[in-house]
Amino acid sequence: MAVEAAVVVVTRALCILLLLSGAVSAAVLPQDRADVMYHAYQGGGVTIDGPAVMLRKKAGQSVSLSAYYYIDTVSGASVDVQATASAYTETRHEKRLGIDYLAGNSIISANYAQSDENDYNAKSVSFGIAHDTFGGMTTLSLEAGLGDDKVGRNGDDSFSEAVKRSNYKFGWTQVLTSSWIAALNMQVDLDEGYLNNPYRSVRYRDANDPRGYAYQREVYPRTRNALAVSLVNKVYLPYRAALSVNTRHYQDSWDIRAFDIELEYVHPLSQYWTLEGKVRWYSQSQADFYRDLFDFASQQNFLARDKELSEFNNLTLGVGASYHLSSFGFWPDARPELNLQWDHIRFNYKNFRNLTVAGVDVGLEPLYQLDANVIRAFFSLYF
Amino acid sequence: MNKLTSISLLTLLATLSGCASVEPWVKPYERDKLADPIMAFGRHPVALQHVAHVQDSREAAKGANGSGGGGCGCN
Repeated sequence: MAVEAAVVVVTRALCILLLLSGAVSAAVLPQDRADVMYHAYQGGGVTIDGPAVMLRKKAGQSVSLSAYYYIDTVSGASVDVQATASAYTETRHEKRLGIDYLAGNSIISANYAQSDENDYNAKSVSFGIAHDTFGGMTTLSLEAGLGDDKVGRNGDDSFSEAVKRSNYKFGWTQVLTSSWIAALNMQVDLDEGYLNNPYRSVRYRDANDPRGYAYQREVYPRTRNALAVSLVNKVYLPYRAALSVNTRHYQDSWDIRAFDIELEYVHPLSQYWTLEGKVRWYSQSQADFYRDLFDFASQQNFLARDKELSEFNNLTLGVGASYHLSSFGFWPDARPELNLQWDHIRFNYKNFRNLTVAGVDVGLEPLYQLDANVIRAFFSLYF
Repeated sequence: MNKLTSISLLTLLATLSGCASVEPWVKPYERDKLADPIMAFGRHPVALQHVAHVQDSREAAKGANGSGGGGCGCN
């Protein structure tokens, strides 16, 4: 019966796809806009901030070009770095260029991205196609991306490693009613190479060390395959407001399972003000080779004590406001807008301990917890 | 051909034969609410990039946080 039910589901999906060619609809290129943003993240002893600029402009009727430039400067030291090294400052520059080509009901896209910092360089390209069909009620999209990273380590010129990344995405966006739209997204990531953080270490019990433990470098597997599936539902409420529910499941070959759910509410107050609020819950299990404290050095083939690979959850509360400014006299068609968004995130680690607390028996240090504040202030111009 | 395959093929044919009755049920002129900017996926792309970056840096999970976009056939 289960097989038959699956056949029915698949054939119904086929049914819809077979109708696609006869559907009358038209894909639309994204609107021209420019954004200038200041962003800041502060939490866990680290401050990361900087500017970002994004520009999107049509060139003729069928082409839309986009460019993105982002800088972040990291300063301070996170709790894991505090235990083994000193505070640092570094700057990362990220550039993206994209082109979208409108061909009938389809948009074909190509993107290039590059990220540079003094010990890490990443380049990637992606190609995608999105097809509007079924009377404009359905959008199907496919994307493939390839990336090449070069990993260095400050203070060690002889250290040079590489990572090759590839990802494949599938998206299905569906209008369900006149006030309800949903999207199903799937992504497969295949990473191969040096996937460690070259600065982080694991700790193991060592009776000869005055602290009761010593450190050695992390060792990660050289491959990581991951699958993520998300479902977004967005509803227009009986009054002018939008509510969206976004859920995602993630799992990978390091045995990490994660789930997150986000509720977002957007409420225009007047022709000038739009307010928004969100709540997000995220939870993950640990990588199978993660431990906060190993029993002895090189206890197993792979070793990690990176808190991002530990078991933890976090809760985000976010609010935002948009203010629609009056049009400029010299450019009446352009619509300017000011935006401010603030997120507060609390991370609760379940098996990552805070080693900066002194006078506690080894392995019994308090579990680490951190609060982060994230701010985005940006000016947008739609034209 | 075993029984299961026969049933599957019959089911496939029966479902495909009903294709003609499946039509878009939300007409373009009924999509004014979906066309409202507050209903757009990724209203602020520059902010979304930053949100995704913050999450990807501090969480093991990544991906599938975008949308194929469009879909409402508005405009």
